[in-house]
Amino acid sequence: MTAQEVRLCGLLLQEHFGEVVERIGTHLLRGGAQNLRTIANETNTPLDLVKKSLCVLVQHGACEFGSGRRGPGSPVEYRANCERVLRVLRYPRYIYTAKTLYGDTGELIVEEVLQRGHMTMSNTVKTVADRLTHNMEEGRSMEYSEVVSAFSKLVETHFLQRCPPVAEMGTAASSTTPSNPDCYKLPHVTLIGRGKRRRSSDDSEEQRGGKKAKMEVESCGDEGIYWQVNFERFHQHFRDQAVISAVASKLDQTSSEIVRTMLRMSEVTTTQTAAYTQPLSANEIFRSLPPNYSISRPILDQYLSLLVDDPVGADLDSPPHIPTLNLQRALANLARATLESVVQERFGSRSARIFRLLLRKRHLEQKQVEDFAMIPAKEAKDMLYTLLSENLVQLQEIPKTPDHAPSRTFYLYTVNQLPTARLLLQHCYKTVANLIERRLFETKENKRLLEKSQRIEAILASLQASGAEPEQLTEVEEMITAPERQQLEALRHHINKLDSTENQVDETVFLLESYIFSTKTK
Amino acid sequence: MAGLGRGRGRGKGYMSFSIEAVGIGKGENLPPSILQPTPLFPPMEHKPVPLVMGEEAEYMLALKQEFRGNMKTLPFYVRQAVSKKDVERYSDKYQNSEPSDNTIEWNPDWKRLPKELRIRVKKPLKENTSLSVDTPVDPKPSKKTRVDKEEIIHKLETLEKKEEEVTSDEGEKKKQEEEQQDGEEEYDEEEFEEETDYIMSYFDNGEEFGGDSDDNMDEAIY
Repeated sequence: MTAQEVRLCGLLLQEHFGEVVERIGTHLLRGGAQNLRTIANETNTPLDLVKKSLCVLVQHGACEFGSGRRGPGSPVEYRANCERVLRVLRYPRYIYTAKTLYGDTGELIVEEVLQRGHMTMSNTVKTVADRLTHNMEEGRSMEYSEVVSAFSKLVETHFLQRCPPVAEMGTAASSTTPSNPDCYKLPHVTLIGRGKRRRSSDDSEEQRGGKKAKMEVESCGDEGIYWQVNFERFHQHFRDQAVISAVASKLDQTSSEIVRTMLRMSEVTTTQTAAYTQPLSANEIFRSLPPNYSISRPILDQYLSLLVDDPVGADLDSPPHIPTLNLQRALANLARATLESVVQERFGSRSARIFRLLLRKRHLEQKQVEDFAMIPAKEAKDMLYTLLSENLVQLQEIPKTPDHAPSRTFYLYTVNQLPTARLLLQHCYKTVANLIERRLFETKENKRLLEKSQRIEAILASLQASGAEPEQLTEVEEMITAPERQQLEALRHHINKLDSTENQVDETVFLLESYIFSTKTK
Repeated sequence: MAGLGRGRGRGKGYMSFSIEAVGIGKGENLPPSILQPTPLFPPMEHKPVPLVMGEEAEYMLALKQEFRGNMKTLPFYVRQAVSKKDVERYSDKYQNSEPSDNTIEWNPDWKRLPKELRIRVKKPLKENTSLSVDTPVDPKPSKKTRVDKEEIIHKLETLEKKEEEVTSDEGEKKKQEEEQQDGEEEYDEEEFEEETDYIMSYFDNGEEFGGDSDDNMDEAIY
């Protein structure tokens, strides 16, 4: 948990759960495992507030509890999970992916589960049906069965999983799939009903009926079975998308389709940390290709051999006819491309040339760098020193003599991909934290103006609802002067830009995180 | 960095390694050493790449802002209780009370949390019972109160049938009250309106007294 990560987690907690939870959360992140009393004393918060915040954090999976260090008798200790809090940044991407895969129903299901941390299936189905009904036209409502089918599809493809059971002693079991065999089993619950539209005129009729239906659904039979979003599965999906688009841009559409087919076939069988996909025979690939790509068998073999020869993008290791995808190398290539583009954008194309040269040739002397990069000596020196001061390039000493005399040692420039990736990841976290702070600052500066505009919108809405004349409406609208309107417009534009930037930095964060994670598990 | 000079007239600086190897020629002008932290917003030589704009980016932006807005309304957004004002007001009983520290506004599954984290669950005001109920909340007490109400309703109905002098007005009123007791969240305010003698929208705190009347300017305002 670096300082940048803790700062970013604090800001995310503050935005989504309030300042109290932020205080408790950052304290836990900085201090490691602590028990209830310690937290309350060290943060000077009343005990009940601490309890409330811890409930919120546990509900959302950001905090785990376990028995204390001194054995079963000692008080319960709480540990915050930094990674889990950082996932909050990626929520819009998860929801959008669910929408592209499973439509509006899937999108709402994932959104509800993300908002509440974990939910029972019946609860989710009810809320989502109500929300969908609310947006539908008059007289139509959403059947529970449709929502249930979307939910089951999400579970079958592992996007949703059961929360691990909590043992009596308060020790939470680790939530990896092996120890949770029923992870993806749907409970046997029959939910019959339709979404309810909340309208005031209908309420009096629905009173008696509504009460009875509510009592039935409450005792639904799936109490205690909670579902949460399976982030690892989503990450796998994003990674596959990244690989496919890289292949598509490097080679052509057909080869990307082949890669997509291979990835889809090994979707559920490959675990997230696997370096290779399952071996698939070329015949299977041929059969599973989508029908509109009617390529013949020899052409498929040609494409496969092309993919094997390709040093970037997806790499196939094959004895012929048993192609597998080396996902680890693919991720490494993607990360390297990211590093190169970062250097290019920040330092110019010639520095990027030097950087790429060093990545490929590993160790080079000063003179060799100048020669290979075809850059005049003075400028090359300048660029190298800039990169060195930014820590993107390192100096490696190789002594010729045992006494390490400086006149008799080689000084070589080198780039280490993994530490550089870590460095850039920390920069990304710092960037996002700065963006959030700037956004909060802008909002605070213009708080008065924002409140005024909200009040006027509320007045306008109520006037329109009660059918006022257009002159009254224009009169109310004129309460905001033109320069104020411009200021509001500029403010909204800035805030949208900052928000959008956070989303896009998060894409880089995802790539770098996946690469670093893939190198850890060997 | 390389070692400091032991310099007695050794020139610009003496480093422990021969700087020719790293590429600095003899007698060359090195940039001056920096003696303060880098500026907060250094000038950028290369402009950053413009943001990706498009349908997908805009949709995700809207999702993000909506999500943030929704989280602020959910009970997971913990707000510290504001300390009460000087005197207890009559209106406090009928207006939305601020969240208090020692109750929790949602109902977690207590089996998944350690026992020490249990606090009272705040019962919503519509139940017409006391504001907070002791641990833990089961459906039983609410069912009990409902059952009690139903019994009372039955009793009332039988009493109505027995008494022939009960006027139609009274009967209707009781039926209205029964319906409202059966009623759900929407009739929150109206229930309270029934109980008080005052119409809620007309209720005046009395805090704006003295600032309104501009009619008699010649009379001094004390």
